[in-house]
Amino acid sequence: MIKVGVVVFPGSNCDEDVYYVMSSIMGFETKYVWHRDTYIEDLDLIVLPGGFSYGDYLRCGAISSHSIIMEAIKQHINRGRYVIGICNGFQILTEAALLPGALTMNMSTRFICDNVYLSVENINTFVSNQYSEKSAIMMPIAHKDGRYIANEDTIKKLEDNQQIVFRYSNSNGDIEADYNPNGSLHNIAGIINEKGNVIGLMPHPERCVEGVFTGKDGLHFFESIAKWVGD
Amino acid sequence: MQYKANVIVRLKSDILDPQGKAILNSAHKLGYTSITGIRMGKVFEIIGSGDSFEKEVRDIASKLLANPVIEDYEIRIEND
Repeated sequence: MIKVGVVVFPGSNCDEDVYYVMSSIMGFETKYVWHRDTYIEDLDLIVLPGGFSYGDYLRCGAISSHSIIMEAIKQHINRGRYVIGICNGFQILTEAALLPGALTMNMSTRFICDNVYLSVENINTFVSNQYSEKSAIMMPIAHKDGRYIANEDTIKKLEDNQQIVFRYSNSNGDIEADYNPNGSLHNIAGIINEKGNVIGLMPHPERCVEGVFTGKDGLHFFESIAKWVGD
Repeated sequence: MQYKANVIVRLKSDILDPQGKAILNSAHKLGYTSITGIRMGKVFEIIGSGDSFEKEVRDIASKLLANPVIEDYEIRIEND
Protein backbone atom coordinates (compact mmCIF):
# COMPACT_ATOMS: atom_id res chain seq x y z
CA MET A 1 0.00 0.00 0.00
CA ILE A 2 1.56 3.26 -1.12
CA LYS A 3 1.56 5.91 1.60
CA VAL A 4 1.26 9.52 0.44
CA GLY A 5 1.56 12.78 2.35
CA VAL A 6 0.18 16.02 0.90
CA VAL A 7 1.88 19.01 2.49
CA VAL A 8 -0.28 22.00 3.33
CA PHE A 9 1.26 25.45 3.64
CA PRO A 10 -0.72 28.58 4.48
CA GLY A 11 -2.10 29.49 1.05
CA SER A 12 -1.82 26.08 -0.59
CA ASN A 13 -5.06 25.51 -2.50
CA CYS A 14 -4.52 22.41 -4.64
CA ASP A 15 -4.01 20.10 -1.70
CA GLU A 16 -7.57 18.75 -1.75
CA ASP A 17 -7.45 17.96 -5.47
CA VAL A 18 -4.22 16.01 -4.98
CA TYR A 19 -5.65 14.25 -1.91
CA TYR A 20 -8.77 13.29 -3.87
CA VAL A 21 -6.80 11.76 -6.74
CA MET A 22 -4.36 9.93 -4.48
CA SER A 23 -7.00 8.46 -2.18
CA SER A 24 -10.26 8.18 -4.12
CA ILE A 25 -8.93 7.50 -7.63
CA MET A 26 -5.69 5.68 -6.90
CA GLY A 27 -6.56 4.13 -3.55
CA PHE A 28 -3.29 5.14 -1.89
CA GLU A 29 -3.17 5.62 1.87
CA THR A 30 -3.19 9.41 1.90
CA LYS A 31 -2.90 12.03 4.61
CA TYR A 32 -2.28 15.74 4.94
CA VAL A 33 1.04 16.92 6.36
CA TRP A 34 1.07 20.30 8.11
CA HIS A 35 3.91 22.69 7.26
CA ARG A 36 4.83 23.02 10.93
CA ASP A 37 5.30 19.28 11.48
CA THR A 38 8.85 18.36 12.37
CA TYR A 39 8.56 14.68 11.67
CA ILE A 40 6.97 12.73 8.88
CA GLU A 41 6.52 9.05 9.33
CA ASP A 42 7.81 6.62 6.81
CA LEU A 43 5.83 7.77 3.80
CA ASP A 44 6.57 6.61 0.27
CA LEU A 45 5.65 9.85 -1.44
CA ILE A 46 5.34 13.49 -0.44
CA VAL A 47 3.47 15.94 -2.64
CA LEU A 48 3.96 19.70 -2.48
CA PRO A 49 0.72 20.93 -4.07
CA GLY A 50 -0.09 24.05 -6.02
CA GLY A 51 -1.44 27.31 -4.69
CA PHE A 52 -0.18 30.59 -3.33
CA SER A 53 1.70 29.58 -0.21
CA TYR A 54 2.45 32.64 1.92
CA GLY A 55 0.71 34.71 -0.73
CA ASP A 56 3.77 34.39 -3.01
CA TYR A 57 5.32 36.98 -0.68
CA LEU A 58 9.01 37.75 -1.32
CA ARG A 59 9.11 35.21 -4.19
CA CYS A 60 6.84 32.30 -5.03
CA GLY A 61 7.69 29.43 -2.71
CA ALA A 62 10.50 31.36 -1.00
CA ILE A 63 9.03 31.48 2.48
CA SER A 64 7.66 27.92 2.24
CA SER A 65 11.14 26.69 1.37
CA HIS A 66 12.22 27.66 4.89
CA SER A 67 9.26 25.96 6.61
CA ILE A 68 9.83 23.66 9.56
CA ILE A 69 8.64 20.63 7.53
CA MET A 70 11.39 21.09 4.92
CA GLU A 71 14.07 19.46 7.07
CA ALA A 72 12.00 16.30 7.36
CA ILE A 73 11.37 16.40 3.61
CA LYS A 74 15.13 16.61 2.94
CA GLN A 75 15.68 13.53 5.08
CA HIS A 76 12.81 11.78 3.28
CA ILE A 77 14.60 12.51 -0.01
CA ASN A 78 17.95 11.29 1.35
CA ARG A 79 16.25 8.02 2.27
CA GLY A 80 15.44 7.60 -1.41
CA ARG A 81 11.74 8.26 -1.01
CA TYR A 82 9.74 10.23 -3.54
CA VAL A 83 8.66 13.87 -3.81
CA ILE A 84 6.42 15.55 -6.37
CA GLY A 85 6.21 19.34 -6.54
CA ILE A 86 3.27 20.63 -8.60
CA CYS A 87 3.22 24.29 -9.65
CA ASN A 88 3.83 26.19 -6.37
CA GLY A 89 5.34 22.91 -5.15
CA PHE A 90 7.87 23.05 -8.02
CA GLN A 91 8.66 26.64 -7.04
CA ILE A 92 9.22 25.55 -3.42
CA LEU A 93 11.57 22.76 -4.53
CA THR A 94 13.74 25.13 -6.60
CA GLU A 95 13.77 27.73 -3.82
CA ALA A 96 14.94 25.00 -1.45
CA ALA A 97 17.57 23.97 -4.03
CA LEU A 98 16.14 20.45 -4.06
CA LEU A 99 15.82 20.91 -7.80
CA PRO A 100 18.13 23.15 -9.86
CA GLY A 101 17.15 26.41 -11.53
CA ALA A 102 14.36 28.83 -10.73
CA LEU A 103 10.82 29.73 -11.77
CA THR A 104 10.30 33.35 -12.74
CA MET A 105 7.52 35.51 -14.09
CA ASN A 106 5.91 34.42 -17.37
CA MET A 107 7.29 36.35 -20.33
CA SER A 108 3.82 37.74 -20.99
CA THR A 109 3.69 39.04 -17.37
CA ARG A 110 0.20 37.55 -17.30
CA PHE A 111 -1.35 34.78 -15.26
CA ILE A 112 -2.10 32.00 -17.75
CA CYS A 113 -4.94 29.57 -17.15
CA ASP A 114 -5.08 27.23 -20.12
CA ASN A 115 -4.73 23.71 -21.42
CA VAL A 116 -1.34 23.04 -22.96
CA TYR A 117 0.30 20.11 -24.67
CA LEU A 118 3.35 18.47 -23.19
CA SER A 119 5.79 16.09 -24.79
CA VAL A 120 6.74 13.26 -22.44
CA GLU A 121 10.50 13.28 -22.95
CA ASN A 122 11.61 10.67 -20.45
CA ILE A 123 9.42 7.68 -19.64
CA ASN A 124 11.95 6.15 -17.29
CA THR A 125 10.74 7.99 -14.19
CA PHE A 126 8.35 7.26 -11.36
CA VAL A 127 5.71 9.61 -12.82
CA SER A 128 6.03 8.95 -16.55
CA ASN A 129 6.58 5.22 -17.09
CA GLN A 130 2.98 4.62 -18.17
CA TYR A 131 3.18 7.12 -21.04
CA SER A 132 4.57 6.38 -24.50
CA GLU A 133 7.88 8.04 -25.24
CA LYS A 134 7.49 11.40 -26.96
CA SER A 135 3.71 11.19 -26.72
CA ALA A 136 1.91 14.53 -26.56
CA ILE A 137 -0.47 14.89 -23.64
CA MET A 138 -2.81 17.68 -22.61
CA MET A 139 -2.64 19.17 -19.14
CA PRO A 140 -3.89 22.43 -17.63
CA ILE A 141 -1.58 25.15 -16.41
CA ALA A 142 -2.53 28.00 -14.12
CA HIS A 143 0.37 30.19 -13.18
CA LYS A 144 1.98 33.60 -13.43
CA ASP A 145 5.50 32.57 -12.48
CA GLY A 146 6.21 29.43 -14.50
CA ARG A 147 9.15 30.48 -16.66
CA TYR A 148 11.91 27.98 -15.91
CA ILE A 149 15.43 29.36 -16.07
CA ALA A 150 18.86 28.09 -15.09
CA ASN A 151 22.40 28.86 -16.12
CA GLU A 152 23.96 27.28 -19.19
CA ASP A 153 25.83 24.57 -17.30
CA THR A 154 22.71 23.49 -15.45
CA ILE A 155 20.63 23.32 -18.62
CA LYS A 156 23.33 21.30 -20.36
CA LYS A 157 23.48 18.89 -17.43
CA LEU A 158 19.69 18.50 -17.39
CA GLU A 159 19.71 17.76 -21.12
CA ASP A 160 22.66 15.37 -20.99
CA ASN A 161 21.26 13.45 -18.01
CA GLN A 162 17.74 13.32 -19.48
CA GLN A 163 16.38 15.07 -16.43
CA ILE A 164 13.82 16.96 -18.47
CA VAL A 165 10.65 14.91 -18.15
CA PHE A 166 8.03 17.17 -19.76
CA ARG A 167 8.36 19.92 -22.37
CA TYR A 168 5.72 22.32 -23.71
CA SER A 169 4.75 21.22 -27.20
CA ASN A 170 1.88 21.12 -29.67
CA SER A 171 -0.51 18.20 -30.11
CA ASN A 172 2.05 16.53 -32.38
CA GLY A 173 4.75 16.70 -29.78
CA ASP A 174 6.68 19.36 -31.73
CA ILE A 175 8.75 21.48 -29.41
CA GLU A 176 8.92 25.07 -30.53
CA ALA A 177 8.75 28.57 -29.07
CA ASP A 178 5.20 29.03 -30.35
CA TYR A 179 3.98 26.29 -28.04
CA ASN A 180 5.79 27.64 -25.00
CA PRO A 181 3.25 29.47 -22.82
CA ASN A 182 5.66 31.16 -20.44
CA GLY A 183 9.12 31.40 -22.04
CA SER A 184 10.74 28.55 -20.08
CA LEU A 185 14.20 27.73 -21.38
CA HIS A 186 14.13 24.79 -23.78
CA ASN A 187 10.34 24.61 -23.26
CA ILE A 188 10.96 22.91 -19.92
CA ALA A 189 7.72 22.12 -18.06
CA GLY A 190 8.96 19.51 -15.61
CA ILE A 191 12.33 18.18 -14.42
CA ILE A 192 13.57 15.38 -12.19
CA ASN A 193 16.63 15.31 -9.96
CA GLU A 194 19.71 13.22 -10.74
CA LYS A 195 18.74 10.49 -8.33
CA GLY A 196 15.29 10.23 -9.94
CA ASN A 197 13.20 10.59 -6.80
CA VAL A 198 12.23 14.28 -6.87
CA ILE A 199 10.18 15.77 -9.69
CA GLY A 200 8.83 19.26 -10.19
CA LEU A 201 6.39 20.35 -12.87
CA MET A 202 4.31 23.45 -13.49
CA PRO A 203 1.23 21.77 -15.10
CA HIS A 204 -1.47 20.15 -12.97
CA PRO A 205 -1.84 16.40 -13.54
CA GLU A 206 -4.35 16.17 -10.67
CA ARG A 207 -6.76 18.31 -12.72
CA CYS A 208 -7.09 15.90 -15.63
CA VAL A 209 -7.70 12.40 -14.36
CA GLU A 210 -11.43 12.04 -14.89
CA GLY A 211 -13.57 12.38 -17.99
CA VAL A 212 -15.60 15.19 -16.48
CA PHE A 213 -12.54 17.47 -16.75
CA THR A 214 -10.59 18.54 -19.79
CA GLY A 215 -9.19 15.11 -20.36
CA LYS A 216 -7.63 12.14 -18.65
CA ASP A 217 -4.01 12.48 -19.69
CA GLY A 218 -3.05 13.04 -16.06
CA LEU A 219 -4.19 9.57 -15.06
CA HIS A 220 -1.06 7.88 -16.43
CA PHE A 221 1.01 10.23 -14.22
CA PHE A 222 -0.52 8.64 -11.13
CA GLU A 223 -0.61 5.13 -12.59
CA SER A 224 3.12 5.50 -13.17
CA ILE A 225 3.54 6.09 -9.44
CA ALA A 226 1.49 2.99 -8.65
CA LYS A 227 3.67 0.92 -10.95
CA TRP A 228 7.07 2.27 -9.89
CA VAL A 229 6.67 3.07 -6.22
CA GLY A 230 4.43 0.12 -5.61
CA ASP A 231 6.86 -2.44 -6.93
CA MET B 1 21.93 52.20 19.08
CA GLN B 2 19.74 51.42 16.13
CA TYR B 3 21.23 50.48 12.82
CA LYS B 4 19.67 50.63 9.42
CA ALA B 5 20.52 48.68 6.33
CA ASN B 6 19.10 48.64 2.85
CA VAL B 7 19.39 45.54 0.75
CA ILE B 8 18.83 46.09 -2.95
CA VAL B 9 17.94 42.99 -4.92
CA ARG B 10 18.11 42.95 -8.70
CA LEU B 11 17.62 40.32 -11.35
CA LYS B 12 20.96 39.22 -12.79
CA SER B 13 21.77 41.20 -15.88
CA ASP B 14 21.43 38.26 -18.27
CA ILE B 15 17.90 37.45 -17.16
CA LEU B 16 15.03 38.89 -19.14
CA ASP B 17 12.76 41.18 -17.15
CA PRO B 18 9.30 41.23 -18.75
CA GLN B 19 7.90 43.40 -15.96
CA GLY B 20 10.54 46.02 -16.63
CA LYS B 21 9.70 45.88 -20.31
CA ALA B 22 5.99 46.38 -19.59
CA ILE B 23 6.85 49.40 -17.44
CA LEU B 24 9.06 50.77 -20.20
CA ASN B 25 6.16 50.47 -22.64
CA SER B 26 4.01 52.49 -20.24
CA ALA B 27 6.68 55.16 -20.01
CA HIS B 28 6.77 55.37 -23.79
CA LYS B 29 2.99 55.61 -23.99
CA LEU B 30 3.27 58.57 -21.63
CA GLY B 31 5.68 60.16 -24.10
CA TYR B 32 9.00 59.63 -22.32
CA THR B 33 10.88 58.39 -25.32
CA SER B 34 14.45 59.12 -24.28
CA ILE B 35 14.19 56.25 -21.76
CA THR B 36 15.32 53.05 -23.41
CA GLY B 37 15.50 50.56 -20.59
CA ILE B 38 13.89 49.83 -17.25
CA ARG B 39 14.52 46.87 -14.97
CA MET B 40 12.65 46.32 -11.74
CA GLY B 41 14.25 45.32 -8.44
CA LYS B 42 13.40 45.34 -4.76
CA VAL B 43 14.59 47.33 -1.74
CA PHE B 44 14.45 45.83 1.75
CA GLU B 45 14.72 48.35 4.58
CA ILE B 46 16.07 46.62 7.66
CA ILE B 47 16.50 47.93 11.17
CA GLY B 48 18.13 46.30 14.17
CA SER B 49 20.78 46.61 16.83
CA GLY B 50 23.70 44.79 18.35
CA ASP B 51 27.05 43.49 17.20
CA SER B 52 25.56 40.77 15.03
CA PHE B 53 23.36 43.09 13.00
CA GLU B 54 25.67 43.49 10.03
CA LYS B 55 26.45 39.77 9.80
CA GLU B 56 22.78 38.88 10.05
CA VAL B 57 21.92 41.33 7.29
CA ARG B 58 24.56 39.76 5.03
CA ASP B 59 23.27 36.28 5.88
CA ILE B 60 19.63 36.98 5.14
CA ALA B 61 20.52 38.90 2.01
CA SER B 62 22.12 35.81 0.48
CA LYS B 63 19.86 33.16 2.02
CA LEU B 64 16.44 34.75 2.03
CA LEU B 65 16.06 38.14 0.38
CA ALA B 66 17.74 37.20 -2.89
CA ASN B 67 17.48 33.98 -4.86
CA PRO B 68 21.14 33.49 -5.89
CA VAL B 69 20.11 31.58 -9.03
CA ILE B 70 18.49 34.64 -10.56
CA GLU B 71 19.28 37.66 -8.38
CA ASP B 72 22.20 39.77 -7.21
CA TYR B 73 22.11 41.93 -4.12
CA GLU B 74 23.82 45.00 -2.72
CA ILE B 75 23.95 45.97 0.95
CA ARG B 76 24.16 49.52 2.22
CA ILE B 77 24.58 49.87 5.96
CA GLU B 78 24.14 53.17 7.74
CA ASN B 79 24.75 54.03 11.38
CA ASP B 80 22.27 56.33 13.07
